[in-house]
Order: sequence, then structure tokens, then C-alpha cells
Amino acid sequence: MRIIVCIKQVPDTTEVRLDPKTGTLIREGVPSIINPDDKSGLEAALKLKDEKNAHVTVLTMGPPQADVALREALAMGADKAILLTDRAFAGSDTWATSCTLAAAINKLGYDLIIAGRQAIDGDTAQVGPQIAEHLKLPQVSYVENLSVDGEDLILKRVFEDGYHLIKVKTPCLITTLKEMNEARYMSVGGIFDSYREKEVEVWSLKDIEVDHNNLGLSGSPTKVKKSFTKGAKSAGKQYNVEAKEAAKIIVDKLREKYII
Amino acid sequence: MNKNMDKGVWVFIEQRDGEVQKVSLELLGKGRQLADQLETKVTALIMGDNVASKAQELIYCGADEVIIAEDPLLKIYMTEPYTKVMSELIEEKNPDIVLIGASSIGRDLAPRVSARVYTGLTADCTSLEIDEETKSLLMTRPAFGGNIMATIICPDHRPQMSTVRPGVMVEMEMDTTRKGEIVKVKPKLSNDDINIEILEIVKEKKQKVKIEEAGVLISGGRGLGKAEGFESLKLLATELGGLVSGSRAVVDAGWLDRDYQVGQTGKTVRPEVYFACGISGAIQHVAGMEESEFIIAINKNPEAPIFEVADVGVVGDVNKVIPALIEELKTLKDNK
Repeated sequence: MRIIVCIKQVPDTTEVRLDPKTGTLIREGVPSIINPDDKSGLEAALKLKDEKNAHVTVLTMGPPQADVALREALAMGADKAILLTDRAFAGSDTWATSCTLAAAINKLGYDLIIAGRQAIDGDTAQVGPQIAEHLKLPQVSYVENLSVDGEDLILKRVFEDGYHLIKVKTPCLITTLKEMNEARYMSVGGIFDSYREKEVEVWSLKDIEVDHNNLGLSGSPTKVKKSFTKGAKSAGKQYNVEAKEAAKIIVDKLREKYII
Repeated sequence: MNKNMDKGVWVFIEQRDGEVQKVSLELLGKGRQLADQLETKVTALIMGDNVASKAQELIYCGADEVIIAEDPLLKIYMTEPYTKVMSELIEEKNPDIVLIGASSIGRDLAPRVSARVYTGLTADCTSLEIDEETKSLLMTRPAFGGNIMATIICPDHRPQMSTVRPGVMVEMEMDTTRKGEIVKVKPKLSNDDINIEILEIVKEKKQKVKIEEAGVLISGGRGLGKAEGFESLKLLATELGGLVSGSRAVVDAGWLDRDYQVGQTGKTVRPEVYFACGISGAIQHVAGMEESEFIIAINKNPEAPIFEVADVGVVGDVNKVIPALIEELKTLKDNK
């Protein structure tokens, strides 16, 4: 089984720290990680490698620094890593991103494509299903469990109010949830191999066949019209007092609001 | 002539077991506002099996027109048949705007449909407005890790599609005098359109109490220091007849179940009182709770952004203030 895992390098920040003066993100000292939903999907692929001898390729689109995320995936046990990087890809929305990734995937050949459900920096959950559409593949998203039955996959697809157990034929695309797996650590030998034995293939625009109208900023149907730091409502009163005093103040407010 | 006049605003009506989901009614409310501004109509699109009886309610909740697509193959949500029917209707009728609830169904369907009809899609919008000048849809959402708001437009493709999380928009008051048109369409579906097999359907009532419906929420963040910090929050919640919730950080740390997460990727809540205990107040979190009636924030860091949205801010150790508050409430009760 040939598996392609799409991963994204994201800042390791779930509660973004803001500069209280400027209201902008403090980027210094925020390390980059493999997006958690993607890493869980990678672990699922590596389990299939362990159990069924699957071949695992990791694919990312991003700036050259995303190499680090791919090395980590190699050190965890992935067989092959591809970095799609080109100035032409910059500014892509999810449409352009999915078109570019789909073109790379087309060149690789596959039985199963795994993408994380969503990235913690964008939270759109759109790229996986959009890749599936470009490749005309069945998709199953929000997957929390996976097993292989011959050419079929048996998947636990989660909803807010329960789940479906779904059988789907390969080739197909699934999007995985962080809760699916506890991802393995890199092994020491794996880290060594990821820099010495294995290589990250770097692909640019000329390496894939893709309609140039679908690329980057100009190929993105959605555009950012403006961005702004959020105008907060006017802040209330701040009290810097002892715990007991603070408790009294809160109780008074709760009374005012008829909560107690 | 206004190019929007005959195209309209569409709302995807999500049904589960034949029941219309609340988020869809919320979007009908928003769709109504947008359509009034554009002087166009609101169309509710409902797919399913035997769902025609829902049409009247959808008209009462803001729709001018209800398109009903019924087929046994649409009874239970599956990506491909829903995508096919919805995409073909969009291509046939060219709506200007399509709104979809950002549920685990909407977030599966919307990207697939947008890719099939070749248009843009903006996820998890917190505000939708019409640009006075261009009459195009301004879709605002938190971006770049959540610290900045971005207003997104889709200038050259139609429809303009966006998803919105449950609880963000407000449904309009039901008006039983409203009239509308009901249109039945026959989907062109066959078994060839079914590319997955559902082996088993399991309903889990894992959450009887919903934080979205709580009057008082005691929400904890990383500032609690450890999972045990939630114990005193639970006590406070009991005292006040509320529920405990939390930030994404504590959910990711495994201190709290995901069902109780407040914020852009969790639930949007608007309780009467919201306690933010040891929560710094990243926009991702604030986006999910800022509409609360009254916000009390407790945080060690006087510069924490949560204080910017709080009505009352206490600078202090949450692990001291909460027990003191519980104590105070108990004394009060004993004296009564």
C-alpha cells in the first residue's frame, strides 16, 4: 500500500501570545511543529508500515524551513519526503493549496492519502476535502480509527452526536483527528538517518503539472481585503487586591446580576 | 440592474434524523439580513428523505423559498450524494451567497462543493456583511494563528461561500405570518454515486449538558497550573448552578474533554456570566465567549488580553481567588 501523508508545519502555539501594546502576535521563541492532526495521521500511516509493509511518503507545501518538519517525519519512520516550495505558491488560499498538492500527489501515485483534519494556525479543515475533489476520490473526514480489510478501509468517522463506521475502497482520502493516535517519538537512529541517509526531495513549480491559473495569490478565489487587530470592547475595571477582597467584589457583582 | 436581484442568498439546512439543526436556523436569520440589504430572497436548501414537512418552519424562520431535494440516498449524510445534488443546484440556479453551518457535516460538505463548483470558501466566519459599494460579501474570521481578524472577499467567483460555527449568528424570531414558496426538485442520484458504505451508525449521548446552554460558565485555562485546578472550578460551578468549560490549551493538555472547549475551534457561548480563570485571552478564545453578558476574568498577569474584554478583572492567583470566592458564597448561604 502506497500512502501519502500531507503535513503542515505550524507554530507551536495554541494560545497565541499577544503583545499587549501593539496587539500583534509575538513570534519570537515560538517553535514550529508538525500540525497535531497531521502528526496523528502520520502515525496511522507508520502503523500500516509496521503491520502491512506500507510505503509512506510525507508531503508538505511551504517555505524552505518546512524541511525540518519533513526531517522529523523521516526520523519517525517515513520512507520518503517531498517539499513543495516555490515563490509561485506564496499567498495560496485553500483552493490554490489543494490544487498544488493534488498535482504533486498525482505525480507520486498512491492507494491512500491522509491529511490532518485541520491545521491549528488556519483551522479551515478545507484542504483535505478539496484535494479529494480535485483527484475525484472518495473522502472520509474526521477519522478517529482506521483498519485495513483487503482493499478496503474500515473507518470510524466522528460526528458531534456519535459516529459512523464506514467502509471505503482504496484509493481514497481520509482526514484524521489528533485523538486518533499518540504519535511516536523520533528514534535516535531515525534522527541520524533523516539527515544522513534519507533525503528531502525539493520540488518546485517546474516539477509538477498544474494549471498556472490555480496557483498562489493570483490563483486564489478568496482574497484578504483587510486585516486588523480586533477592537476590543472597552475593558471593565481591574482590581489588584487580596483574594478575599476580590471574592467580595465578585459576589457583589453576581448579586447585581441576580445570579445569587 | 442589480446583478444580485434574482440570484439570492442560500442557506444549507442541515438535518440529522429529519431534525433541522439549530445552526441552520441561525444562518437563516443572518441570511435574512443579508438578503434584505441586497434586496433579494433567501433560499433554504434541505436535502434528505421525507423532509418536506420542515419547509413551513424554514419559511417562518426567514426563508422566502425552500428547495426540497428528497431521495432515499440522502436520508443519512454522505459526502458524495450531498455534494452532487448541492453542486448541481448551485450550477443551475447561480446563487450569489451560500451559507453553511460549520459542523462536522458542513465542514465536510462545504469544501467539497466549493471545489466542485470552483469558487472560494471562507471557514468559520464570525461576521458577515455586505459591502455597500460593491454589494459583495465581507467575510470576517480570525486569522494568522488567531491574533488578527481578516476580512475575506471572493471577488471573481460565485457563489461566495462561507461556513459559520453554531452559536455565532442569532436566529430570527419565528414569524408564522411569513409566506414563502416551496420548490421540490428530484435529485439525479443512483447507487453509482455512493462511494462509501455505512456499516454502523452509533449515537452517543456523551454530553447531556451543553455549555452553549449554560447560564453560568466557569472556564479554566493554563493559568490553573495543573488538571487538579479544575476541582475548585467544579465546586464553584456547583455553587452557582453553572458548568465548567475551558480554553483550547487545557483541552490539548488533556485536562478537560473537547466538548467543553470554548473558542474558535470549540463552542461559541454567551452565558449570563462567564468566568475566565487563568485564561490569557487569545483571540481564538475570545471569539468564542466575548458575547457573554458579563465577563469576570482572574489572571496573574495584569497585561493579559482577557482583561480587555472583561467587565470585572481580578489580578491575582486563580488558585487563591476561586477558593476564597467559594468560601464567601458558602458564608453567605449559611447566613441566610
